[in-house]
Amino acid sequence: MLPLKEKDKPVVQKLLAAGCCSRCVLRFCCTSVQAAFRQPEQETLKELQAFINNNEIVQDSPDSTEETKSHDASGSETRGDPPSKRAKLEHCASGDASKDGTVTVEMQEDEESHVCVACLGVLQEFCDVTRAIKIAAAVKAEQYEFDSLVLSVSLPPQLCVREHSCWLHVKKEVREKCMSLSEDDVIQVKEAFKWVMQGLIAKELGGVAVVTKSLFEVGVEFSHPETDSDCYFLASTCPNCFKPTKNKQSVFTRMAVVKALDKISDFAFLKHYPSPPARPSRHCVQQDVQCLHVSLFIAGRYNKFCRSLPQTPWVIDGQRRMESSVEELIAAPILVTFRADGFNFSSSGREDVDVRTLGNGRPFAMELLNPHRSRVSKVEMKQLQETINASSDKIRVRDLQIVTREATSRMKEGEEEKTKSYTALVWTHKAIQREDLSFMDDIKDLTLNQKTPLRVLHRRALAVRQRVIHSMSTRFVDAHHFYLGLKTQAGTYIKEFVHGDFGRTQPNMCELLKTDTDILELDVESVDVDWPPTVTD
Amino acid sequence: MDNEECKDTQDKAPSVVDRYYTRWYRADMKGKPCEDHCILQHSNRICVVTLAESHPILQNGRQIKSINYQISNGCSRLNNKVSGKSKRGGQFLTDFAPLCRITCTDENEYTIYSCIRGRLLEVNEAILETPSLLLQKPSTDGYIAVILPKFEESKSITENLLSREEFEKVLAKRAASSQLS
Repeated sequence: MLPLKEKDKPVVQKLLAAGCCSRCVLRFCCTSVQAAFRQPEQETLKELQAFINNNEIVQDSPDSTEETKSHDASGSETRGDPPSKRAKLEHCASGDASKDGTVTVEMQEDEESHVCVACLGVLQEFCDVTRAIKIAAAVKAEQYEFDSLVLSVSLPPQLCVREHSCWLHVKKEVREKCMSLSEDDVIQVKEAFKWVMQGLIAKELGGVAVVTKSLFEVGVEFSHPETDSDCYFLASTCPNCFKPTKNKQSVFTRMAVVKALDKISDFAFLKHYPSPPARPSRHCVQQDVQCLHVSLFIAGRYNKFCRSLPQTPWVIDGQRRMESSVEELIAAPILVTFRADGFNFSSSGREDVDVRTLGNGRPFAMELLNPHRSRVSKVEMKQLQETINASSDKIRVRDLQIVTREATSRMKEGEEEKTKSYTALVWTHKAIQREDLSFMDDIKDLTLNQKTPLRVLHRRALAVRQRVIHSMSTRFVDAHHFYLGLKTQAGTYIKEFVHGDFGRTQPNMCELLKTDTDILELDVESVDVDWPPTVTD
Repeated sequence: MDNEECKDTQDKAPSVVDRYYTRWYRADMKGKPCEDHCILQHSNRICVVTLAESHPILQNGRQIKSINYQISNGCSRLNNKVSGKSKRGGQFLTDFAPLCRITCTDENEYTIYSCIRGRLLEVNEAILETPSLLLQKPSTDGYIAVILPKFEESKSITENLLSREEFEKVLAKRAASSQLS
């Protein structure tokens, strides 16, 4: 039985006459009895029509709870009221039923459509078990792994305008029912839609929980091009609310429309927009169901053994340089395993294309976008790591693991304080002897003033940065070559320290050795970040 | 590591300038004979203005008396400041914008020009303190200034300049004509 009272009657009458669907009528009656929304829309409509045509039902209905079952048989005669009242009721009901029937028929004939003026069909056409089956099928087709889902509903912004128009239409009647009710007490279309659909979708998906917060989101979106222009008048009444932004296709976003409606006076609104709203000729269009699983984060450490492999794809003027990259080599097998749509790669610093990263490797983290798989065991992660390592001898990965989003920040925090070790092969212009190098082995905590290297000046701010070389070691090779070992503060530009960058790094190796020096090869020996944790077998 | 290869490359090995920069030249700047400028353009479009080896300042054992970045009463290149990634606030230079005036001990004064359009990022203050850098390392530590061309002009700004090859022809011609006279 509908949870309506006598005072709801004028509201129901006005809204039905205005072309609202039965569920929207219930919404404006501010009833939060979910069961009432779940019953078929047409049935509710019949009940509402009966309700407005019969005073007796109205008064009795609040107490008669078990009637909900019987009214399915349809027809006012079946109502299980006490016999004493029944005769009277039947009389009235049958009397009004014919009248009621003719009204309905008239509506069907007169109006070209039954599309609700308030929800544009969302709570009519798109809100039943058939639609739930379709949504569930779309979800199933994507083969996601999930334990629960959240249903998100995106409605065309003009629905807010229509909602406000309907509210103004029945505001007086609603207030007469209860002074304290406001527009905020009207059940939202979204809310009603979820009350009906969540349970149905859950059932179709084998009883998975449909909750308010979940890692997995199923998005249902509606549009209604025919009435997009409903919003336009707001742009002239409240121009401040509609500022064009880069990423938005239209300035009439839901947020902007809500804001504008909040500002506009009832008088101004009614001057520009009809109340109740005009009847639409067709219902909303439902866009494809959008499934989105929250990102998953993978971390590990990588080695790079190749001097012609960039860390990330190297593109100049739209032209690709070098055929592969560290991130692509690592990502390819991971994307396959997790069936993700894409990834974002980040690491604790980066090496140049011609630099190798040896030792324990460089920590990295990867955000997997929209992963269809999310439950991957440690054993499988180990296998995945082996797959990556077997796929190329240019790189190697260790400690591959699933981490939380929060943990990935460990990699970046204090990045500048961490130390890194390098080995460089240095060329000297003047011939050197072993003894010429030994003084460098004793240098501790040498502070450099590094102007932003010319090499990166196009993308970094010009500044003088102080960086510390904690220690140096040398290994003589021949009269013009030696290996230089360095332990430095992260963020030190090693190549510039060796060749001097036109004197822009002070001091530099040229000054220390009092001859021109150049760097021929560079290896990262260690990146001293204690994250991610070591994975043991 | 491949030591063998490195050992015998000490003189042939490409220098930092060879590896990362393209050399562009402007000969006889503003019609003044032999006042050649060399622009080093990095692959990231940044340009370094230097004196070409053939510039009169570097000839005949000339010594530098003074370097002045104050190019007019109202404008000193030393006041140039850029901030942020986008290098806001840098003076914008055109081809013939003077960068500095260099006076030699023989009282000859030379003006060094930008040669390219772009935003001035920095001038080399080290040569003020140590003018000999300019004489000893004109194409590296003795650079004059760093300029960032507009992104869309990074290719076209060098159209008016001579390539290394073209410049060498100019030098050869110059040498030939000086022998004739």
